[in-house]
Amino acid sequence: MLEIKNLHVNVEGREILRGLDLILPQGEVHAIMGPNGSGKSTLAYVLAGKEEYEVTAGTVTWKGEDLLAMDPSERAASGVFLAFQYPMEIPGVATMTFLRTAVNTVRKARGETELSTPDFLRFVREKAKLLKIDPEMLKRPLNVGFSGGEKKRNEILQMALLEPALCVLDETDSGLDIDAVRIVAEGVNALRTPDRAMLVITHYQRLLNYIVPDRVHVLSDGRVARSGGPELALELEESGYAEFEAA
Amino acid sequence: MPAVQETVARVKAIDVDKYKYGFFTDIESVKAPRGLNEDIVRFISAKKGEPEWLTEWRLEAYRRWLTMQEPKWANVKYPKIDFQELYYYSAPKSTEGPKSLAEVDPELLRTYERLGIPLSEQKVLAGVDGARVAVDAVFDSVSVVTTFKEELAKAGVIFTSVSEAVKTHPELVRKYLGSVVPSTDNFYATLNSAVFSDGSFVYVPPGVRCPMELSTYFRINERQTGQFERTLIIADKGAYVSYLEGCTAPMRDENQLHAAVVELVALDDAEIKYSTVQNWYPGDAAGKGGVYNFVTKRGDCRGKNSKISWTQVETGSAITWKYPSCILRGDGSRGEFYSIAISNGHQQVDSGTKMVHLGRDTSSRIISKGIAAGHSNNTYRGLVSAHRKASNARNFTNCDSLLIGDKCGAHTVPYIEAKNASATFEHEATTSKISDDQLFYCLQRGLSAEEAVALIVNGFVRDVLQQLPMEFMAETQKLIGISLEGSVG
Repeated sequence: MLEIKNLHVNVEGREILRGLDLILPQGEVHAIMGPNGSGKSTLAYVLAGKEEYEVTAGTVTWKGEDLLAMDPSERAASGVFLAFQYPMEIPGVATMTFLRTAVNTVRKARGETELSTPDFLRFVREKAKLLKIDPEMLKRPLNVGFSGGEKKRNEILQMALLEPALCVLDETDSGLDIDAVRIVAEGVNALRTPDRAMLVITHYQRLLNYIVPDRVHVLSDGRVARSGGPELALELEESGYAEFEAA
Repeated sequence: MPAVQETVARVKAIDVDKYKYGFFTDIESVKAPRGLNEDIVRFISAKKGEPEWLTEWRLEAYRRWLTMQEPKWANVKYPKIDFQELYYYSAPKSTEGPKSLAEVDPELLRTYERLGIPLSEQKVLAGVDGARVAVDAVFDSVSVVTTFKEELAKAGVIFTSVSEAVKTHPELVRKYLGSVVPSTDNFYATLNSAVFSDGSFVYVPPGVRCPMELSTYFRINERQTGQFERTLIIADKGAYVSYLEGCTAPMRDENQLHAAVVELVALDDAEIKYSTVQNWYPGDAAGKGGVYNFVTKRGDCRGKNSKISWTQVETGSAITWKYPSCILRGDGSRGEFYSIAISNGHQQVDSGTKMVHLGRDTSSRIISKGIAAGHSNNTYRGLVSAHRKASNARNFTNCDSLLIGDKCGAHTVPYIEAKNASATFEHEATTSKISDDQLFYCLQRGLSAEEAVALIVNGFVRDVLQQLPMEFMAETQKLIGISLEGSVG
């Protein structure tokens, strides 16, 4: 379970999160919505441990431990996964090589055995198929020349392979057409289990038609301004973010 | 990829600042007195039992060297070298000329075992992958053993030390020695011509494809000893040979000088593939000690449709000054240069190539990947030229530099001269940095910072890695990871 209390975060000297509180119980999917600049992506990066995000006050407790005290790779090993809004390109490194390195590193850190080559290939093929990923894509350098849809599917593929306990999806639907959104959402839904929590960050309600959340939180000016059930997202679709825009 | 995993494991297993090959072998050696004069040159020549013509050749080079100046144009800085402070000849006492394995001092065999170089033929034969490599091991100034000599001889291939070749094949040595890099070539090549110690000699007869990978392993052991090896490789008409050299030295506070000359000759339709994995001691984290690697390497595509390919992985040395080049003399000949030059700590690299197009329809290709980390400086310097008669000369050059951190430098200095209007020369260059976002992406997937850098760099140098003989690819990937340790905070 993830518990965020009174979180204040500065980015380049500017306070972006101003006392954010959030509880995400095991097995639940929560959506984070809000206007541009309300701090949605900042929350995602802070949870993953990006350096330039400076926590000035507050706590984040993850599985009973102080998440903020861990470095980014320790967080990954403890099951925190961030599906990036803009996945990075790494020229010359085959996607398959990257996946295998990541999977085996994380498995090792968790005290599990590394997967043999045939086992790993089987594992990847099975997950890739669910996401309609062409195996040829996995031979190409990581994210280099990938379309927007390929990049996002590749993020969800990594999520499936790394078997995280906390999935943070940062605007995974941005830049995708409706078919691609559906494929990605199906991939995410396949990963919904009672022992896995998800934080789905999105600007639009559209994605939540496919990934139906247990709770919806609206961020405004660095805090949770309102929380509710899935109906809150529909309501926002109607009324827009006008009432949440910073004054 | 298992190699990356291994890189990672190796990087983890050793502390920063620990050069794995930095041990010293305590072995009694025979040295020439310190310093350099005509008597020392004669001493070296006499030690090797050389014929009169070679002694004279050395002396002539020595006299010319006295009139020459050290080159100053490279982008490297170092205190003036006192050439009278060095030893120019050092040999393990037990070794007077190459021997069979059974006779080699066990202490020397242990040294090579610690370096991971298999000198026992049985062991290599029993290797699981069946990869066989013949090795010439050079310890300070002498070759201590050459493996697989008999088997190579069956194919007609001569693979021996240069000192031995002077005795057994004087006509070949006399014909080709200095024919690519003349003894007048440059300050260090001339010095080498006067005092060269040992190195490998390879001759592949017409139409023969050398049945195995050949390699030389150079080790500087003695204190304040210069290593001046000389390698000569000749591929006769239609022959093919692939050759690899590796180098290491103990960790020492003072600098060691390595001034080698390598000459390659490819006759009609012949091909020589020459690979180097250079891991001389680079000095400590403060920039103290390390090898000065001032090397002249040149290949002569003397015959038509001949081909010479240089692949180098440069990770060691305090200073590298090295430009493996191709003279494309034969019509239709081809030269290639693939380079990975990594500098970390206070290392300085000024390296590149020369592609001199003399014949018609000659082509060349240059792929250079420079990686600078720490406080290091990494310069690519390359010349591509087409002679008046070199119609349809073609060159493609790609120089990529990667910076890690903000205290290092990468420079690209291309020289292009086309005296023939039909020449087509292309030059591409990029400089990039490992971005914090790329690193963070890898960290978020569980990799440590060092694992992430090793992965990204291995991706960056991939095109060149693929040019290395299979047996050495995994080893090289590990070496890249090790060379870059401590490069990210």
